[in-house]
Amino acid sequence: MASGADTPRHAHLGDRAFAAGITLLGGAVLLVVGIIVVACARLSAPAFAKLGFFRFLTGSDWNPVEDSFGALPFIYGTLVTSAIAIVVAMPVAIGLALFLTEMSPSRVRRFVSFFVEILAAIPSVVFGLWGLMVLVPILRDVVEPALQHRLGFLPLFQGAPMGIGFLPAGIVLAIMILPTIASVTIEVLRTMPAALREGALALGATRWEAIGAVVLPYARRGIMGAVILGLARALGETMAVTMLIGNQPEIHGSLFAAGYSLPSVIANEFAEASGAVHTGALAGLALVLFGVTLMLSASARLLVRLSARRLVAA
Amino acid sequence: MNVALSTPVADTARPKLEVQKLDAWFGNVHAVKDISLGVDARSVLAIIGPSGCGKSTFVRCLNRMHELTPGARSEGRVLLDGEDVYAVDPVYLRRRVGMVFQRPNVFPTMSIRDNVVAGLRLNRVRADYEAIVERTLTQTALWDEVKDRLDASAIALSGGQQQRLCIARALAVEPEVLLMDEPASALDPIATAKIEELIDELKQQYTIVIVTHNMQQAIRISDKTAFFYMGVLIEHGTTQQLFTRPERRETEDYVTGKFG
Amino acid sequence: MNMAMTNVAAGQYAIPRRVGSHRARAVTNGVMTGLCAAAVALALVPLFSVLWLVVSKGIHSLSLSFFTKLPAPVGELGGGVGNAIVGTLFMVGLASCIGLPLGVGAGIFLAERGDGKLGHVVRFTAEVLAGVPSIVVGVVAYGLIVLPMRHFSAMAGAVALAILMIPTLARATEEMIRLVPRSLREASLALGVPAWRTSLSVVLRTALGGLINAALLAIARAAGETAPLLFTALNNQYWNLHPLQPTASLTVQIYNYAISPYEDWHDKAWGAALCLLILIGGLSLIARLAAGRRSQA
Repeated sequence: MASGADTPRHAHLGDRAFAAGITLLGGAVLLVVGIIVVACARLSAPAFAKLGFFRFLTGSDWNPVEDSFGALPFIYGTLVTSAIAIVVAMPVAIGLALFLTEMSPSRVRRFVSFFVEILAAIPSVVFGLWGLMVLVPILRDVVEPALQHRLGFLPLFQGAPMGIGFLPAGIVLAIMILPTIASVTIEVLRTMPAALREGALALGATRWEAIGAVVLPYARRGIMGAVILGLARALGETMAVTMLIGNQPEIHGSLFAAGYSLPSVIANEFAEASGAVHTGALAGLALVLFGVTLMLSASARLLVRLSARRLVAA
Repeated sequence: MNVALSTPVADTARPKLEVQKLDAWFGNVHAVKDISLGVDARSVLAIIGPSGCGKSTFVRCLNRMHELTPGARSEGRVLLDGEDVYAVDPVYLRRRVGMVFQRPNVFPTMSIRDNVVAGLRLNRVRADYEAIVERTLTQTALWDEVKDRLDASAIALSGGQQQRLCIARALAVEPEVLLMDEPASALDPIATAKIEELIDELKQQYTIVIVTHNMQQAIRISDKTAFFYMGVLIEHGTTQQLFTRPERRETEDYVTGKFG
Repeated sequence: MNMAMTNVAAGQYAIPRRVGSHRARAVTNGVMTGLCAAAVALALVPLFSVLWLVVSKGIHSLSLSFFTKLPAPVGELGGGVGNAIVGTLFMVGLASCIGLPLGVGAGIFLAERGDGKLGHVVRFTAEVLAGVPSIVVGVVAYGLIVLPMRHFSAMAGAVALAILMIPTLARATEEMIRLVPRSLREASLALGVPAWRTSLSVVLRTALGGLINAALLAIARAAGETAPLLFTALNNQYWNLHPLQPTASLTVQIYNYAISPYEDWHDKAWGAALCLLILIGGLSLIARLAAGRRSQA
């Protein structure tokens, strides 16, 4: 070889340095999780020390002036809005996924997938703006009065229609998690062998019967995973909810009422938190949020993987 | 080399490449079983045999590409000019023992020119690239076809041209041995004929080991032929003798088309 | 479906047990297909509504001064979001300097050496990290940077955005590298090129279009983040390109305008939203072009 070429020693050094370098960068991903936990835990320590973890979680009073902090109203608001989001988004997202994978020609599929991608790319704050300016007036003037008129006997639909509150927050959340659920469901349905579906069709099943008898049962776990991923996203979604939920740390049974969510109170109060206990309480909420979304995402990913593996095995 | 000068007889007697008791595995699959054979300098050895008989694995052991497959391992010795290739650095070895693959694998992001000198440039070898491009492309009979568009992307070439470009790329590194793993299997008959002509030219300078599933091709281009079956070397001899007077029953059955 | 045939089949072999009336089955099939199609329509209605309103309401606010001027106080005409646009670009740029090398590097690790135990752990962690709420990452950046420095800063915002970039970028990079055919790697190795140089000069080089695509999408996503900036970069009424000073951003500006009670600020919110969507759309478009070029190669 001519001069200047790598000597074997160079090559080995290079290989080792490269391997070490990328391993380090891969390990950095693990480090990030560690940093998140440590940073949140350290910030929240003063609050847990003063209030106790359990009392903090179950307390329903939130009063920064008296250093009294309870997470319950926020947990409640987060759960209610996320539940609305799942109830609204799940059937739509699964229907959309089924239509795209089972019922439509590939041209339609590409066209719609493109728009679903755009939907996923729209920033949360823009949805919040849209919700405030468009959705809230419609709910206040049309939908909520109608619901109250028809279903006012249910506690869910009582109280003055204000437009702002759990309902608009939940609906906008539904729009925002729809692409997540739909795209993961599509991913899962795609891994299903065509032979299974064709087997059902060949037996004389209609397309819908094939879906009910073969497609859904086989994709069940994966779809479950998709919904949980959507749920995790809904729990942590901040801006749109902050702009729509009303920001009152109260627990109401009616969907028309104003409430508060975990991310929203952090967003609103963190920058101006008064003292280490207040900051700590907010960081404690972040830690709770982190723990819950982490567990949900992990179980969702496992479900999606198990589903894919089972399909491959079949 | 001094030894060779003083004893020319010994030089011709010693094969360029000598394989001793070579075994190779993929996980638990014993793909190559106890193979010993030699390849003379500046000759063509063809390796024939039915699919899955270990031909490809065998040649991939010669430049230690086999060990890059996950779960693969090998035992035995391969001597290049008397030196065990498993004792030298594989990166260096592969510059001395070049390889052409079954399907043309030009680098899609590089121009024709850059593909030819890729081995030199990536190894930071300083040389007269222009001269090397012209020489190797002329050797592979590609120069006249591409000399006006050396900066065009290599993937714009036809399959046969791409494969000759891959050969030029292998030659640019100035190897001593060239391994070819069914280099014409993805090509049409005309492109195949050009590759075969090329091999005939190249054996003036290089030691060539070619895997082929096409017996006619082996007859046309090789000096010696080895017949592999289920990972075992059944018979090895001059091409003429192996195809006309095979010693083993299996060989006869295979070359006369009774199985495989 | 061929009803007559299923009828016979049912009679003879009793395979489709719930045969019932064929009309009912066909109707069910039709209704469910219709419902699924309706789901598609229902999902797209809000999208088009958002896009239409942002464009139609935002377009009135757009003018040269909107891009170049500082925000005007309430009641005053004119003013712009120039500092917010610059702030967003500045922070996203800073975040890219931190997040791109880490994310792409982790992706290379997953593709090249990700089949071991560590690889599986890292891959799973990246997947799970992608689901961590951005507000939590904001809290982390606050604890890491704002608190020790006693100062809201662009750097803190950028660190939060960088952390958000890493997991998705890592997975996308891995996917892109794994799309590079093994034969190219072998071609390079067979030329006696060391493995590390093969990875960098051949494999990564071939995946470059895909990597650019993934990087641009990650950047576009970061540009749309609000929550992690609220208490890291905070906001700023003036121009700022100092990494250790509070900085305005388009998203925080939209938020502040939107929740204000003033009509003219609402108009500005739509205008700023249009700017943001143009920025994100532009980045995504370039990303698509980069990906398109790759798939041709």
